[in-house]
Amino acid sequence: MNIHIHNGRLIDPANKIDAPRDLFIADGKIVGVGSAPAGFTAARSIDASGLVVAPGLIDLAARLREPGFEYKATLESEMDAAMAGGVTSLAIPPDTDPVLDEPGLVEMLCYRAKKLNRAHVYPVGALTIGLKGEQLSEMAELVEAGCVAFSQANTPILDTRVLSRAMQYAATFGFRVWLQPLDPYLARGGVAHDGEVASRLGLPGIPASAEIVALYTYLRLARQTGARLHITRLSCAESLDLIEQARKDGVDVSCDVAAHHLHLCDMDIGYFNPHCHVVPPLRSQRDRIALSQALADGRINAICSDHTPVDDDAKQAPFSESEPGTTGLELLLPLTLKWAAEHKLPLMEALARITSEAARIAGIAKGGHLSVGARADICIFDPDCHQLITRNMLRSQGKNTPFLGLELPGRVRFTLVEGTVMHET
Amino acid sequence: MRNPQLNKHGELQHLLTLDGLPRGIITQILDTAAPFTEVAEREVKKLPLLRGKSVFNLFFENSTRTRTTFEIAAKRLSADVINLNVATSSTKKGETLLDTVDNLCAMHADMFVVRHESSGAPHLIAQHLQNTGRDHIHVVNAGDGRHAHPTQGLLDMYTIRHYKKEFHNLTVAIVGDVLHSRVARSQIAALTTLGVPEVRVIGPRTLLPTDVEKMGVRYCATMEEGLKGVDVVMMLRLQNERMNGALLPSPQEFFKVWGLTADKLALAKPDAIVMHPGPMNRGVEIDSAVADGSQAVILPQVTFGIAVRMAVMSMLGSH
Repeated sequence: MNIHIHNGRLIDPANKIDAPRDLFIADGKIVGVGSAPAGFTAARSIDASGLVVAPGLIDLAARLREPGFEYKATLESEMDAAMAGGVTSLAIPPDTDPVLDEPGLVEMLCYRAKKLNRAHVYPVGALTIGLKGEQLSEMAELVEAGCVAFSQANTPILDTRVLSRAMQYAATFGFRVWLQPLDPYLARGGVAHDGEVASRLGLPGIPASAEIVALYTYLRLARQTGARLHITRLSCAESLDLIEQARKDGVDVSCDVAAHHLHLCDMDIGYFNPHCHVVPPLRSQRDRIALSQALADGRINAICSDHTPVDDDAKQAPFSESEPGTTGLELLLPLTLKWAAEHKLPLMEALARITSEAARIAGIAKGGHLSVGARADICIFDPDCHQLITRNMLRSQGKNTPFLGLELPGRVRFTLVEGTVMHET
Repeated sequence: MRNPQLNKHGELQHLLTLDGLPRGIITQILDTAAPFTEVAEREVKKLPLLRGKSVFNLFFENSTRTRTTFEIAAKRLSADVINLNVATSSTKKGETLLDTVDNLCAMHADMFVVRHESSGAPHLIAQHLQNTGRDHIHVVNAGDGRHAHPTQGLLDMYTIRHYKKEFHNLTVAIVGDVLHSRVARSQIAALTTLGVPEVRVIGPRTLLPTDVEKMGVRYCATMEEGLKGVDVVMMLRLQNERMNGALLPSPQEFFKVWGLTADKLALAKPDAIVMHPGPMNRGVEIDSAVADGSQAVILPQVTFGIAVRMAVMSMLGSH
């Protein structure tokens, strides 16, 4: 269907455009920006007056819980959530059950996702078989099956020699290795940032050193092996200096932060709020401010939602026993806008963190920008409309978020995937 | 966010922790406990304050001593007491904590006395009761994880007040495994709230919580430094499983450095009292000569514990 989006404020960070421009779509692709191609007739026109027309968002960490955890969420429910949140591309961590370590599984997931015909799915394959940190996965075959990178999700490799070899092997092909830095021994048994709050509440702590020690190891091995590294979900201020130093030393390293880490710290645990039980843990206020600033000045490249739907039964337990994670697909845009407003950053800067930069990290060429010829994945939103976050408004099967009851900016009005309107309010 | 322990009139709704509990309420509990100590000495040891009420002892973690003192306290207030040893029943069959609570609510419980191995479990129950509009049911925390043991903290305050009268001129030392101790956290919260000007914690750094100073205490590595001139010595229990390993090399070394002996106690004021929440490890954290000595008030603590628990339950049951 040919679509004409008119009167909108087009923001395309990849092409540095922030201007009133019309957008013309045909055959699932963008065929004109500003002016219609010759002979274009629109079957539908969307009035975007007062709205921002942006590339569909890209989420670098979204757990859809399939296969294995369908009682927590399904591809259907989470794809709906993605559409409602304006997210058109999802990088999927490998910690499903079974783990995404076999080409057949990855193909199956891609096939199921494609059949649903909503967001594009980009699986991140397991770096080692079963995430056990012992045997390398068949990376070349996994990439053929659709994987865009390799990670260990939340299960760090114990054996540093295996880690080193996994990086070497990935570097052979130039595959990117995504790692969440956590030393499993220092973090063992911990559920909250090891600081004043955890001490007072009697919660076993995860010290900042658990991230820093692991990060140092990863960066050092990346320098040695030449692996392209992406550090996911940073939580500590001190990590930023390590990454800057590694960049100076020539390590190819990018990094992201989870949206909730930009807004919350360990104090928000309050009286044991299990919605604040996340991995990595919410750190101190000082850490939060440093991460937020580093994202603003570009030292952190992107924001992910770290979307992890958890069922109520698993959350309604004493803090330590509750399952960690927070639902985030529908909050990615609002939390990004809120962060940008706090730093008085222009919208283009904010959107870059969840479109063009994320696309670059995940190696998505066809999405994340609004160039002529690009896939017509589009998010049209009202940046000034504030919405109350409630259980009922969340499409995700996981209602687990510490932001319930808060008003956040940004309401997605239309989500288009390959030129088809998939969500409209 | 409202203090989950107080109702909208600022009265005690649940007793979950002493951290953040107003000084006025702590004092009120101690004052209420005072006449109850005499009840035990009467021919008839019963008061009708909780007659017709059902108190459920909900112990997800094994305990004999604390459960018994709560049972005695509730019975002296004429409540019906039901003991549930959940550690060996429904949760082992996969029932969630809140399902267990809902089932007991259906049996018309008026009060839950909860012990749980996870920090925050009593808060979760209290919040669940509030969310489901069951404000007439009260929760007493009988110890949750490393977080709090408020009735122990209160009975310790009662004991200190009994022997020392005032709090504002005291120096108190807490010795041992503060890291894993819910008792220590409740003691620190109560002592600082009641205005004790100097609270010291003494022990190896492996057994101290991160940023312990931010709780309002001073850290001392050695007994020589920490016990000098103190009015009260509060010993903590060292769990067996923590005696050998990466936290401590051996119980022998612990006793040598941090065990309370008559020599070390001599550094404290001559009239200093020695407390212990029990059960004691003689020869690990405390020498028998001290435990049985004239400065020890360990058995009075137990007696006062019943009065304090009666005070808490009667205050909760009165509104």
